[in-house]
Parts: sequence; structure tokens; C-alpha cells
Amino acid sequence: MKKLAILLLPCVLFLVACGGGGGGSSSSTTPTASSSKANTAPISVSAGADPNNAYTNGAFASVTICSPGTTNCQTIPNILVDTGSIGLRLLASTITVPLTRETVSSNTLLECNQFVDSFTWGAVAPADVKLAGEIASSVPIQVIDDQNQFPVPTACSNTGPNGDSVTALGANGILGVGNWRQDCGGYCAAQTGAKLYYLCPSSGCVETIVAVSQQVNNPVWMFSSDNNGVVLQFPSVASPGATTLAGTMTFGIGTQSDNALGSALVVGLDAFGDFQTRLNGQNYSGSYIDSGSNGIFFLDANTTGIPVCTDAPSFYCPSAAQTMTAFINGTFGASTPITFTIDNADALFAHQTFLVLPTLGGPNTGSFAWGLPFFYGRTVFTAIEGQNTPAGPGPYVAY
Amino acid sequence: MTNFKIVFPRAAAAIMVSLLLVSTATAELGANSSTVVNDAVRLKATPRVTANSRFAVHEMTAATGTVVREYASPSGVVFAVAWSGPYKPDLRQLMGRHFDTYIQQAQLRRARGTRRIQAGNLVVELSGHARDFHGRAYLADSVPAGVDVKEIQ
Repeated sequence: MKKLAILLLPCVLFLVACGGGGGGSSSSTTPTASSSKANTAPISVSAGADPNNAYTNGAFASVTICSPGTTNCQTIPNILVDTGSIGLRLLASTITVPLTRETVSSNTLLECNQFVDSFTWGAVAPADVKLAGEIASSVPIQVIDDQNQFPVPTACSNTGPNGDSVTALGANGILGVGNWRQDCGGYCAAQTGAKLYYLCPSSGCVETIVAVSQQVNNPVWMFSSDNNGVVLQFPSVASPGATTLAGTMTFGIGTQSDNALGSALVVGLDAFGDFQTRLNGQNYSGSYIDSGSNGIFFLDANTTGIPVCTDAPSFYCPSAAQTMTAFINGTFGASTPITFTIDNADALFAHQTFLVLPTLGGPNTGSFAWGLPFFYGRTVFTAIEGQNTPAGPGPYVAY
Repeated sequence: MTNFKIVFPRAAAAIMVSLLLVSTATAELGANSSTVVNDAVRLKATPRVTANSRFAVHEMTAATGTVVREYASPSGVVFAVAWSGPYKPDLRQLMGRHFDTYIQQAQLRRARGTRRIQAGNLVVELSGHARDFHGRAYLADSVPAGVDVKEIQ
């Protein structure tokens, strides 16, 4: 408990950085062990939404949205399940039910959400979001402006490539179920500078502050119960891989018989949502678990001795498979050994029908991104900030 | 905005002089380090300069908490930029004319979440997740001798 307190302290001291501020919302709620709602949705590692470019190591779900408070609903398939982002974002072209856009000072509220490798631009609109038997009522989602109703401001396009299409996303949308309640949180409610939220009157786009309740919110924490986190589970896969893989997304941690932590290692997070990974006696901070990363991305060619692929420098191309053992530094001690193997990505991609590649990996900027291959053969818990769980309040990850 | 703190002034002195005198060009990867001052103004940040015999680092922290570092060779060329923090900085400003190359190359994707892009001399690496973005861009043939790119963070 001592270490947990130390790890969580930065969040107490710097509420803004932790996205705290809580949205003026209720404080921690005790998980209700009595919930018996259907809380498990099927997910699958499959091709995604772009018929011309199958997704590799992507977890997809179907999501039902409704006009708030109505039975006017639709179910959209091929939504990427992403524990590395927050909130539901759907391409406007996939949405058929009426959704009223949020406004601030009579102007449509627009967002430039930042992903590592792209941005998504579009309006914010409340929708009822249904997953398994869970309902989040009037949760603000992003309607990705793939029909170019609102020109992208320069400040947005200067952050990276445009992700506003099926081609760019490889999906009809992204379901961000990470550790935070909102995508921005307290910072954007208090001041500008993050360059996420904009108003675009005829005079041009200007950044705006936005109350946390109007920001894009993680639908999971807005469920009436099973709202403290999400559990992703996949069976293990032998190298070189498989065509597809079925798994589950279960809501709640320790709220029902099917989502108990059991003996899972609980890993507290720093103010940025990261932890330390240890390899060969070196600790690497800034590490994270992310279902939206499609490989094990770690360190660099000089440090690992594994060359990157000449034709695909985002991946490693060892001449022979490399097996390594790392440890994640958890709240109550280091993990049991995590043994993982990196194969030659060119050889893996030669299996053209394999969308599940457990040994796919590549370089990073100095830390570990434990992407979707980490989830194969594991049960991975993502606890949301400020939400109580049997292991204490989030944020944390556990597996 | 010009409240410079020179932390390691000896080797940085010459650079700092030019920093204070020249402020017209747009800062960018591959340009002269005198242009760093523009980034400081745009980031509303106070630059902090440290230097060794191989390079100088101009570090700026924006109000958001995002840290930007620009690495200048002894001859004053910005050979690398790096960023880390909850929100991305203006990457066009940091990469300058190399930004368009990055965008063009970024369309060709198979990696998701973490990217490494190599286009000729330009290397761009991106990593992170919501509220935690890391990245760096450098010009491979401009990295001074004896500098390991791991030092660019």
C-alpha cells in the first residue's frame, strides 16, 4: 500500500495533469457487486473496415448508438477497441441516427483529437452508447468530419496526418476505453493551450475551454454500474499467427463474478498514465499497455541489437526470432517474467491472410509500448481514474 | 518571453548571443539554432539551454506541460527536435520544411500506435497514448560525430 500511495500522489498534487477535477462529477463510487447486467461484449482481431487494407493486430467491436433517450438506434461494426485513448469517435458517414451537436456560445463544438499517428477532426455530440447490456446515456462522442463540413484549422493539421477516413483509420471509428474519464479533462476545462477543442465561427477557428461534462467522455465510466474499468481477454496464439481471433471485452472490475481481479498484478500509473518496464537490468519509464498499438514497440535497434526492416522501419526484422524476458514494475513489486518473442516482420507479413501476429514488434522512442500482442493469452484490466475497485481507485492497469 | 536562464553558459554563450539578436526566421529542423527563439515565443515558454562539447539543447516547457527540446550542433544547425508531454506541439513549426515529408510518408502505414518513418535523411519517431505523446525527428547525416540518437529525447 505504501508504494501505491507514492505512485498515486502525483495525481493528488496535480489534478489537472491527471485529468482529475473529476468533471464536477461524483467522487469514487463503491463498485456494486450485485450487478447482474450482461457486461461482456464479443471482440475480434479481424480485418477492420477498409476492404483494401486489412488491419494487423487490431481488436474490433460493434457499438450501438442511439439518439439520446430514444429507441432510434443503430449498430456500427468494426470499431477499434483502444485502451490508449478516451471516448467514442465515429466517422460521420457511418452515422444514420440523428445526433444534435453540442454548442458553446452558440457555436458548434469541434475537436481536434490527437492520436500518436494522426488526428481526428469533427463535432462533439451526445449519444446513448450501448455495449453488451450496458448503457451510457448522453455521452459526448466525436463525429469525425469525414465529409468535410468544417475545414480543419491549421493548428490541428500541424499536429500530424489527417485520420478522418476509413482508409486512414482502418476502422469505422475508435472506442477509447483507457484510464481517464475524459480525453482532456481538467486542463481543457480551465484553460486553452492543449489545442484540442475549437469553435469555428465565420471569422475563423479559435481554441476554446470546455467543461469536462461537454468533452468527449469515456462511455464506460458513465455506465450506471460496472463503470470502474474494462477487461480485455484473448486466448494465446502460436507464432507465426492466425487469420482471426475471438476475445471478450468485459465491463467492470470486481463488480460481477466474471470480472474479478484474482491474482492479477496491479500496476499503478504515473501522472502520464505510464509505468516502468525492466529489461536486462535497466528500467524504462514511460511504458504503457495499449490495445491500440499493433505490436510490441520497445527501445531501439542499437539497444536491442535487432535491426529495423529496411522497407518498414516501424518494425523489427531480426534474421532469426529473438526471445527476451522483461518485467513490469507493479504497485506491489515486479511482475513475474514476461517472455516475448520478436520475429522478422517481413516474414510475418508474408503470411498475407494472418491478421493476428503475436510476435510483431518494432522500435520506440525509449520505452515499452505493450500493444495488442501483449493481450494474447492474458486478461488485462484497465481501471479508470477516480473509480473505486477492489484494488483501490484507478487509474491502474492489471494483468 | 525573453527571460532566458542560461544554465550551462560557457559553450552556449555564442548561441545565446545569436538567439537574442536574431529572431526573424522560422525555427525548424535543419535551420540555424538562432531560430529557436521563435519557438519559445509560440510556446510561451522560457528556453533553458544546456550544452556540452558535442551539442547544445534548447529546452522549452509549454504551459500544458509539454516539453520541447531542440538539439543544435556546435556549428549551430538544429539536427534534431524532440517533444514529450500531454499534448503535441506544433510539429510543422518544429520540423519546418521536413513536416510535409513526414505527412506524406505517414500516409503509408501498417504500424499503428507507434511509428518510425525514414525518408532519405529524415527520421521521425512517434509514440505514446492519450495525454502522453513522445516523439523526435532528426536528420541522420547532420547528427554530430559521437552523438548517439538515444540522447535525443
